[in-house]
Amino acid sequence: MRYTMFFYENEVEHNDPTPEEMGEILAAYGAYIGALREAGVFVDTDWLQPTPSATVITLKDGAERVQDGPYADTKEQLGGYVVVDVPDLDAALAWARRCPAAQTGFIEIRPSAMPEEHQDRHG
Amino acid sequence: MGEDETARVEELARAAYGRLLAILAAKTGDIAAAEDALADAFVEALRRWPKAGAPDNPEGWLLTVARNRWRDRLKSAANRTAAPMEAADDVGLEEVDPEMIPDNRLMMMFVAAHPAIAAGVRTPLMLQTVLGLEADRIGSAFLVPKQTMAQRLVRAKAKIKAAAIPFRLPERSEMPERMAAVLEAIYGAYALDWAAGDDLTREAVFLADLTVELAPEEPEALGLAALLAFSEARRPGRDPEIYAPLADQDPKRWDQRRIARGEALLKRARAKGAMGRFQLEAAIQSAHCARRPGEAPDWRAIAMLYEGLFKIAPTIGAAVGRAAAFGEAFGPENGLAALDQIGLEAAKGFQPYWATRARLLAAAGAPSAEAFAKAISLTPDPAPRRWLEAQNERART
Repeated sequence: MRYTMFFYENEVEHNDPTPEEMGEILAAYGAYIGALREAGVFVDTDWLQPTPSATVITLKDGAERVQDGPYADTKEQLGGYVVVDVPDLDAALAWARRCPAAQTGFIEIRPSAMPEEHQDRHG
Repeated sequence: MGEDETARVEELARAAYGRLLAILAAKTGDIAAAEDALADAFVEALRRWPKAGAPDNPEGWLLTVARNRWRDRLKSAANRTAAPMEAADDVGLEEVDPEMIPDNRLMMMFVAAHPAIAAGVRTPLMLQTVLGLEADRIGSAFLVPKQTMAQRLVRAKAKIKAAAIPFRLPERSEMPERMAAVLEAIYGAYALDWAAGDDLTREAVFLADLTVELAPEEPEALGLAALLAFSEARRPGRDPEIYAPLADQDPKRWDQRRIARGEALLKRARAKGAMGRFQLEAAIQSAHCARRPGEAPDWRAIAMLYEGLFKIAPTIGAAVGRAAAFGEAFGPENGLAALDQIGLEAAKGFQPYWATRARLLAAAGAPSAEAFAKAISLTPDPAPRRWLEAQNERART
């Protein structure tokens, strides 16, 4: 079953890492993604620029509206995600527990709603 | 000369840091200020000693300098804020004789593991205040960014100061509970081993041995030191790439000197006549270490010890260990019956439960593939996962 782990954290607390800190962060996530791949459960991941880079677009009301900034202006913001393919929520939690993002923020784990035959793996 | 002296300061820093910090912090409860004062004193030592040579009583020298620096800081703060001057004389270190420095490190440990300090920060706080470890190193062992770890430590120290957590030894009546928290925090540093982060096992062993030195009458402190001695004795038999359960390891590779130390500590603990969690865990390790090459350990004895452990500390870990030992001692059906007593809600995400269940089912000749698959899915570490996969394969054929 496919699960996406969404990483939320307070951007103010984690802005402007020094090159050394950036190195540490990259190494920690690198090791984590490596472990996911080795276990054969990795599907996809990305790491996002901070919310000042965000743009929102909608055609919901008939006309196109483009807005600067994130969709929701909350203290904790989406900063990245990892998609895993594991048997159940317990296994997803076992992996989330090991994720560096759990140490600095919150991880929301949600099962995929997409029918299995449409889930193509590109890990 | 210069290099020698630098090395001497560094060596002294490691050995004396915790002792001096505990002295400085105990009077005021302000750990952060004590750290600053002590850091000033070490900087001063690094500047002076290479030229003038180290003093005869380096710890006393450092303490005196730290005390003076602290007073200077308080004075300048008082001048800035126009606060009453009495604060400057209130460091309260005058009665400490630099020639006879008492050891307050045990008090520091009780402060770090105080019930009002969040459980997650107790181990880091103890590592920093007693051993002088940097937030970087602690962070890397806990797989936490160093800034995050530094913030947690700063917050904990601020809480100790603001809430006035006292530097004192607990009363006899509260001792068992307070000591349990200290030992739990030390064990926490040891148990980080799995995390594949920076290894803190040596620091944990040092803290456990130090606790025994400072509280030689505490049976559980002796029990924890024994447990770590046994566990470290088996380190040479471990291969990080290849997982092997305890019963499959080669006893010839174990460190007999450490095993003897564990036995001696355990004997001292037992003589106190108060059984506890760490003593039982140490006794289980002792039974495993007593086995001869190629022979099985005394599983009946181990099963009884787990029974005792489960009664004292009915954690899911103890319950699963008990079931595994029952399986070995009295047959896999008995082990499975013991596992069935564990509520599924508690068991569902607990890897050892599923690994034990799978092994017991396979030993009983029952279908085990599902339990193996569940156990494998809960095992992020590659070495034990490979081992489970091999066991699964073997059960199938």
